[in-house]
Amino acid sequence: MNNLLSIVTFIPAVAAVILALFLRGNDPAAQRNAKWLALFATSLSFLVSLLVLKGFDPANVGFQFVEDRPWVLGLHYKMGVDGISILFVMLTTFLMPITIASCWNVTDRVKDYMIAFLLLETLMLGVFTALDLVLFYLFFEAGLIPMFLIIGIWGGVNRIYASFKFFLYTFLGSVLMLVAMVAMYKAAGTTDIPTLMTFKFSHDPIVVLGMNVTGGLQTLLFLAFFASFAVKMPMWPVHTWLPDAHVQAPTAGSVVLAAILLKMGGYGFLRFSMPMFPVAAHLWTPLVFWMSAIAIVYTSLVALVQQDMKKLVAYSSVAHMGYVTMGIFAMNPQGVDGAIFQMLSHGFVSGAMFLCVGVIYDRMHTREIDAYGGLINRMPAYALVFMFFTMANVGLPGTSGFVGEFLTLMGTFQADTWVAAVATSGVILSAAYGLWLYRRVVFGALVKESLKTITDMTRRERAIFAPLIVMSLLLGVYPKVVTDIIDPSVGALITQFRADVPVEAQAPSTTAQASN
Amino acid sequence: MLTQDLHTVLPELVLAIYTMAALMFAVYTGKDSVTSALTWATAGLMAALALWIGAGEAGSHTAFGGLFVDDAFARFAKVTILLSAAAVLVISQDFMARRGLARFEYPILLALATIGMMAMVSAGDLMSLYMGLELQSLALYVVASIQRDSAKSTEAGLKYFVLGALSSGLLLYGASLVYGYAGTTGFAGILTTVQHGVPVGLLIGLVFMLSGLAFKISAAPFHMWTPDVYEGAPTPVTAFFATAPKVAAMALIARLVEGAFGGITPQWSQVLAALSVVSMFVGAIAAIGQRDIKRLMAYSSIAHMGFALMGLAAGTAFGVQAMLIYMAIYVTMNVGTFAFVMSLEMGGKPVTDIGLLNQFSKREPLKALAVLVLMFSLAGVPPMLGFFGKFYVLKAAVDAGMSWLAVAGVVASVIGAFYYLRIVFYMYFGADQEGAESRMAPAQWVALMGVAVIMLAAIVNFFGIEPAAVAAAASLVG
Repeated sequence: MNNLLSIVTFIPAVAAVILALFLRGNDPAAQRNAKWLALFATSLSFLVSLLVLKGFDPANVGFQFVEDRPWVLGLHYKMGVDGISILFVMLTTFLMPITIASCWNVTDRVKDYMIAFLLLETLMLGVFTALDLVLFYLFFEAGLIPMFLIIGIWGGVNRIYASFKFFLYTFLGSVLMLVAMVAMYKAAGTTDIPTLMTFKFSHDPIVVLGMNVTGGLQTLLFLAFFASFAVKMPMWPVHTWLPDAHVQAPTAGSVVLAAILLKMGGYGFLRFSMPMFPVAAHLWTPLVFWMSAIAIVYTSLVALVQQDMKKLVAYSSVAHMGYVTMGIFAMNPQGVDGAIFQMLSHGFVSGAMFLCVGVIYDRMHTREIDAYGGLINRMPAYALVFMFFTMANVGLPGTSGFVGEFLTLMGTFQADTWVAAVATSGVILSAAYGLWLYRRVVFGALVKESLKTITDMTRRERAIFAPLIVMSLLLGVYPKVVTDIIDPSVGALITQFRADVPVEAQAPSTTAQASN
Repeated sequence: MLTQDLHTVLPELVLAIYTMAALMFAVYTGKDSVTSALTWATAGLMAALALWIGAGEAGSHTAFGGLFVDDAFARFAKVTILLSAAAVLVISQDFMARRGLARFEYPILLALATIGMMAMVSAGDLMSLYMGLELQSLALYVVASIQRDSAKSTEAGLKYFVLGALSSGLLLYGASLVYGYAGTTGFAGILTTVQHGVPVGLLIGLVFMLSGLAFKISAAPFHMWTPDVYEGAPTPVTAFFATAPKVAAMALIARLVEGAFGGITPQWSQVLAALSVVSMFVGAIAAIGQRDIKRLMAYSSIAHMGFALMGLAAGTAFGVQAMLIYMAIYVTMNVGTFAFVMSLEMGGKPVTDIGLLNQFSKREPLKALAVLVLMFSLAGVPPMLGFFGKFYVLKAAVDAGMSWLAVAGVVASVIGAFYYLRIVFYMYFGADQEGAESRMAPAQWVALMGVAVIMLAAIVNFFGIEPAAVAAAASLVG
């Protein structure tokens, strides 16, 4: 079966169409049917994706499960996965049933809500499996529509502002990428991603508007893609849409946003920026390094003073994404492995953190940290789960968060010691805001009148957190499950990158000494 | 010889004879009471002609000593024009009947305008160009003020007439200059002349002609009439203005610049690029403050014309192909959108304020979903078809080395996305309050849903219109 990836990708979309066409009414029975169908479809998609994982051969660094059909305008409907993308596919299919289960209590327009999430899953999976530039863009951009609606319809008080900001910010970033894609099509004569990954785009200096552009076409293309991925990632200073979007989005929306949508930026860097524009990427590495380091320190400090739990977790996401960009641009095995690891781990951990906030928000309908305190007295199970994920978020050894942070820092240290030194301080800051949040919410005496009747987690909620805890621990104590799959592909990427970047630019000091 | 010529213009002839016969029939029988039958008959004939032209023979023919050209390009444009005109007739039937506007002149005038448009896109000579253009324009001036008891509609008609006359004057003046310097009115003759050096007078003439035609496609800075006429005219008439005449005028520009001035692409390419960039930004920015959905669609069409011009400005065969596909997608989206706008009413009166769409999605989930698809398609967000239209013209511009135009275009499209999103915002996020209802005739419902489905389904292979567009562009640019 060579169209397995299409099946995985489009199962949720088919379920969404079935829901839209055949489910009538808005009574509790219809709502329950919608939820069950969505849960069934996302689970089915996960099971089929397990088949992909089973048939995947890590030793093969090329694309596997490739499907290729001609489309209009010389474009192709082409899909496939390699060692880098397959785990993002797995992450998505794994998290979506959990997300669906987490919004079991929603009662407003349930059918539409489920349709939006199902379509979103199809589009996200499409991003990770598309092997044609325009097909990738199609999925990448279309994902904005359901997310815009999720924030706008089911969001909080200030949802209108947040949804428009989210849409226009990311739209502006990606249309520039579209122009770059068209220019690539012109230069290379194809939109086939595997071909483009080995195509050498010109890096002879050119003059644009009277300015001499070092790195030529590559620099221009790199910057256009950077505009899109940096916003999506999000990198400091274009991260400001994220806290707004997170705070206003419903819990399940936040989970998808943090756990999967943000990964598209990192995936984009790995799939496009590094292999396709290596010279330009190398030129801009110092900028990215410092942007990442500033992001880690600055947003951690901002997180420290937040009053809103979701905003705090959102800022901590920006900080964690800083490690990812840093690791990717370090361009050595530790850095890139660490970046991918960090993205996967962040998928589980930050998703779980938003779910933790959601659990108490469902009960108290406030996200103010000050409104809580002493929850351990009434919610011991919750306190345990929240403790686990706070520690994972901080990067405690034994949890997945540690492996990612450690590897990226190690990779960066080899590339740029100062950046690594600055970024390491983020580890301490993250412990500060994480533990302080935990202390204020969970510990202390239970004095607030409104909290005296709060109930502990239900069985459904425990069931949601169980798989996340398992994955986080598994990745923390046995990271080999991930690195075995990604290593060959990452190795090939780095070998090719080093071959493409001119030797004198690779390590100026050592070559200079050698020639003396 | 004459038989052959007549054979070439047979579709136009059939429609013209039908129009005369229909006019006589309506005048001597039931007058307005036959409007409904006439509307359906006209639409049916147009659709049949579109099929006939579309499935007809290939190759190029000229008739009447080069006055009239029938090639793949003309056929593509004619099919688009006929189908959109037929669609507008069908969806307007119910509106006109319920608002007491069911005059028998309406389908007849639209048919006359359509004949004019078919002549325009087949023009091979400045004379036939002007003839077609005037036949179209005169019919449209009348249609704009068909609601003669309404001050706004009359005002729209008058405004359209005065500004249209001005643009015709510009066009004629330019044509006379071109004739003076080229010594011929035939496009083929002009093409030969410009290949041996370009006199300044000829260029001035070209610029005047382009200005005149820019009025017709409402490209900025010649767009001032558009919002007022769109707002004042009855909605079905607005729907017609937004579709078929735009295709015809855009095809005419392509015919003129490629057919008569094909050898001097750099000379007119920058004019079209300037029109394009100004239109895209004016359309995107001016629409932000609009509350009336018809005015909003007016600015939206200005912006869309800017994008279509981007394809032409590239000056390549692919550019023409991109423009044709863009226009085909554009008219489809507009037919769907106007089918929805026509159905909006409150307390039995038609309304156009977008604020009244508050929570429309709760009252009419399916229609709201269809409009949502249309709005994202108009904004050019994938995976809707509107994105592919933009992709084609962007590719044309970049391939021709006009990346700056492409960058300007995408920036404008982000600004434009805001007001399309705002309609979605009212329909889905707005506060609960009383708002407009949508009373749809079956034809309107089919048009709205059909277009929404096309926006999603056509991305599979564009229903095969791409080869036709390639052939059309090849026949023009060669």
